Amino acid sequence: MNEPKSPSPSSPQPTAAPPADATVVLDSDALSRCLKRIAHEIIERNPDLSRVALVGIPLRGVHIAQRLADFIEQVEKVRVFAGVVDVSMHRDDLNRRRVPPRVERTLLPDQLDDKTIVLIDDVLFSGRTCRAAMETISTYGRPKRIQYAVLIDRGHRELPIRADYVGKNLPTSLAQKVHVRFAATDGISDSVWISQNA
Amino acid sequence: MKTDWTRKDLTGLQDLSAGEITLLLETAAAFKDVGTREIKKVPALRGKTLVNFFVEPSTRTRVSFELAAHRLSADVINMSASNSSLTKGETLKDTALNLQALHADMIVLRHASAGASQFLAERLEASVINAGDGAHEHPTQALLDTFTVCEKLGRTGGDLSGVHVAIIGDILFSRVARSNIHALTKLGAKVTLVGPSTLVPREFEQLGCTVTHELEPILPEVDVVNLLRIQHERQRKEYFPSLGEYTALFGLTKARAAKLKPGALIMHPGPINRGVEIDSDVADSERSVILDQVTNGLAVRMAVLYLCAGVQGRRQSP
Repeated sequence: MNEPKSPSPSSPQPTAAPPADATVVLDSDALSRCLKRIAHEIIERNPDLSRVALVGIPLRGVHIAQRLADFIEQVEKVRVFAGVVDVSMHRDDLNRRRVPPRVERTLLPDQLDDKTIVLIDDVLFSGRTCRAAMETISTYGRPKRIQYAVLIDRGHRELPIRADYVGKNLPTSLAQKVHVRFAATDGISDSVWISQNA
Repeated sequence: MKTDWTRKDLTGLQDLSAGEITLLLETAAAFKDVGTREIKKVPALRGKTLVNFFVEPSTRTRVSFELAAHRLSADVINMSASNSSLTKGETLKDTALNLQALHADMIVLRHASAGASQFLAERLEASVINAGDGAHEHPTQALLDTFTVCEKLGRTGGDLSGVHVAIIGDILFSRVARSNIHALTKLGAKVTLVGPSTLVPREFEQLGCTVTHELEPILPEVDVVNLLRIQHERQRKEYFPSLGEYTALFGLTKARAAKLKPGALIMHPGPINRGVEIDSDVADSERSVILDQVTNGLAVRMAVLYLCAGVQGRRQSP
């Protein structure tokens, strides 16, 4: 097992606070409980944690992967690999964006063959990010299996993708926006918000 | 505040902000590991067409751009002056408009005239990447040099403050030197230009660097020496008496290399004239990062193509 390297501090964006009409869905304590539960579920489903790699999708998935690795270490006294998979080179909407998305460094275990990769993202929406992440990982190697953990599942899938671990199912309308904030990435306390997209 | 990339073209580094240069270098770092993947290819530019339009000869830059485009899944067409209709009297603009009419998305241009890529960039919807225009700029070479300095000296976040770089040789005719001066000074490095007074005029001090005509005194002070090739093809008259005399005064010999700081880097944009600007032994020594520069050039060019393709079709604001 590789010594887990700490991923490069992925650019903390000076994201503004959620819009004024946003309401809190999860506060810091509730969010922490969600992540703890996911950590326990990952332990339960993967008896051999030495073959598990938690791989976050930038920006906030990377932070969630670190938090899950911390929780797992507290419970099982094993440090699982926590890495990064950058999906921007594999996105299917590159031509539709105003500015090219920022590319982060991908950090995966050296050997993927016998590993279970747990992909981690903050919000599951269309499922396109997950597809891009799976495609990215496949260019590095062929992991034994890929699982998918998300903090929020807001519905409205455009691809046949579902998460193995869900922090909270949040039914939304397409007009709504979900905002996830972490002290580590956004400078405001850990929280999830929902707002009407004006 | 993080910078967003909003330029469809890269014609030079003079107009770029330190933030934009840092973004390019950070993007290149992310692209560098594509070369270490099992599948060395990403679909970022799938369906885009890139024309390598080299009116002046080049091997490494053209091959590097071609490979960078392949790694990004773009389609590549190579054109050189001898097989283009420029030899039949067609103007550069007409040739380029024809390429655009064939829906070329990006044009990588090398041309003997300064400003050629800017000229096309202003007239085409396609992205134009400068691969060297006369003695004006060679932005991707300077970016890969800067990337290599940052990587080897462990600098991150585009901060080169306190780093002292000596650029040695034919500065007057060198687009590599000009682009390097812009990139390095914007990131806070100290730049000293070294060479005979005919090739390193004092006017260069206006670009924010120091000029000296003596090599040996500065060797113990610098963190990086970047040796430029003596460009026989650009020199119409004699700027120094002989190659032998140039080597005697400014060549990085083994004895001179021994005066460098222990961790100092030796760089050269290639092609090397072994025995002229650098001793063969020195070029192959541990401190030489000449081949790292080539590897990094691929990552840098992938980053440039990726970022410029991302804002295509939308003219950058003046």
